[in-house]
Amino acid sequence: MIELKNVSMIFNPGTVNENRAISDISLKVREGDFITVIGSNGAGKSTLFNLIAGTITPTSGSILLNGRDVTRDPEYKRAKYIGRIFQNPLLGTASNMTLEDNMMITYRKGFKWLKRSLNHRMREFFRSELVKLRMGLEDRMKENLALFSGGQRQALTLLMMVLSRPDLILLDEHTAALDPKNAEIVLELTNRFIEEYRLTAMMITHNMSHAIEYGNRLLMMDKGEIIFEAQGEEKKALTVEKLIDKFHQIRHKSFENDRTLLSDD
Amino acid sequence: MIEGIFVEGLIYGIMVLGVFISFRILDFPDLTVDGSFPLGAALMAQGIMMGMNLWLALLIAFAGGVLAGVVTSLIHNHLKVPNLLAGILTMTMLYSVNIRVLGNRANVPLLNQETILSRVTERLTGIIPDEYILLAFFAVVTLVIKLLLDLFFRTDLGLTIGAMGNNEQMVISQGVNPKTLKSIGLGLSNGLVALSGAFAAQYLGFADVGLGQGIIISGLASVMIGEFLVMKSNRIGVLTLCALLGSICFYAVMYVGRYYGYVINMTPNDLNLIKGILIIVLLVLTQSRKLRKFALKAVVKND
Repeated sequence: MIELKNVSMIFNPGTVNENRAISDISLKVREGDFITVIGSNGAGKSTLFNLIAGTITPTSGSILLNGRDVTRDPEYKRAKYIGRIFQNPLLGTASNMTLEDNMMITYRKGFKWLKRSLNHRMREFFRSELVKLRMGLEDRMKENLALFSGGQRQALTLLMMVLSRPDLILLDEHTAALDPKNAEIVLELTNRFIEEYRLTAMMITHNMSHAIEYGNRLLMMDKGEIIFEAQGEEKKALTVEKLIDKFHQIRHKSFENDRTLLSDD
Repeated sequence: MIEGIFVEGLIYGIMVLGVFISFRILDFPDLTVDGSFPLGAALMAQGIMMGMNLWLALLIAFAGGVLAGVVTSLIHNHLKVPNLLAGILTMTMLYSVNIRVLGNRANVPLLNQETILSRVTERLTGIIPDEYILLAFFAVVTLVIKLLLDLFFRTDLGLTIGAMGNNEQMVISQGVNPKTLKSIGLGLSNGLVALSGAFAAQYLGFADVGLGQGIIISGLASVMIGEFLVMKSNRIGVLTLCALLGSICFYAVMYVGRYYGYVINMTPNDLNLIKGILIIVLLVLTQSRKLRKFALKAVVKND
């Protein structure tokens, strides 16, 4: 699937602002994995996602996608295999366009030609898929997305991404900007889609109980390193307290400052 | 007389469609237009003078505009030059290119030359009243171009270009290189502008290197008038129609200003000032309209 080999990322190397965001991370994501990633602010979670997605190129190390070296491939090329959802719900959809146009654009990955694919059959298909969201959006296909709420747009982004069948999906705190109720709905949908379509996924979250509840692997990051990993039975046995103890054991420092960020509500 | 008002609006309407594509769909304020408009005029004029097939000359003018747009996009994409500056760069270079195309002259008269317009007039004499021939011809040409554009922006490629102007990250996430889309969009936009220039040269009876001066402002003003006149819509057909209506209104106002401005002591030299003021007034009006909408919404919410 995807493999990181000794990947490091140093911003502004050789200057006073030198910042080692990721140091020597090796990680193998297997097909069907659902990995949750936790860590305080500045731990390097988003940088890790940016490296995998291709937004930035690592300072050293290599990234393999399905056995092929993609370290220097630009983001748009890797996007054919990797789907990504951002914290900002506006980034996944085009506000000035209708729902059906948005779905048509995201339905197939790769360059689009002078074909008109949006026809009656396509609309029926989109309608049947939208029903799965249980938000009544199937009756609003001709409305501009600017009229939809953040939760609806994030749920749509999720559905549209799933329909394009990516090999790996990256969820970058995709529920953090939503109100608690919508966050819960989107998270439930995420989990349902991942199970239903057997997707391989990585999810950054600030919510430790979510990190424990969902997925089959858990990564804890700090200062650009993966300091702890749990999977299978070990992960199932975890609790928020145990995780905080673990951090204390490894880092010999208190989690106190990060309590607010790694909340367990 | 009255038909002259509308003919200009239709000829320049092709240019306004181009400006609409870059400013509104691509969200790329492209100033190349000031250079690609006279480029189209110059290529057409030179084609006519060389006795080339007129339709081929028109095609070359269009292709020249496409190339100009692609150059701007390449400067912007690969040298990371801001979009405004990239357009100004191409526009500046085109000034010299245009003089070259015109054979090291600033002006080439086309009087007594056979042009597409003279041929059309010849063909249609007796069928349509003489004064309406050009009006009918340009109404058909501009409408066909508008309909083709509507069709284009409903294809998968067209939709994706529309999405890019809205949300570049979304296009990247679809595995499409936004740089390619920008080149296609700007090429199409400037191709239309050059086509408009080619028709304008034939209509005016000359090609001049100064033809494009301030054309972007006229184009933008037309787009804004169109948007002001009609309600907001997400249908591409309505939007391009707005742009055309805006163009017709704008050039009608300019026409009246040119011919009857003397009544209020205005000279044609004042027109640029009028254009600028018109845009500012439109901006103010749109702003206040938006504010009023917001105020209305707030009231409704509070109830």
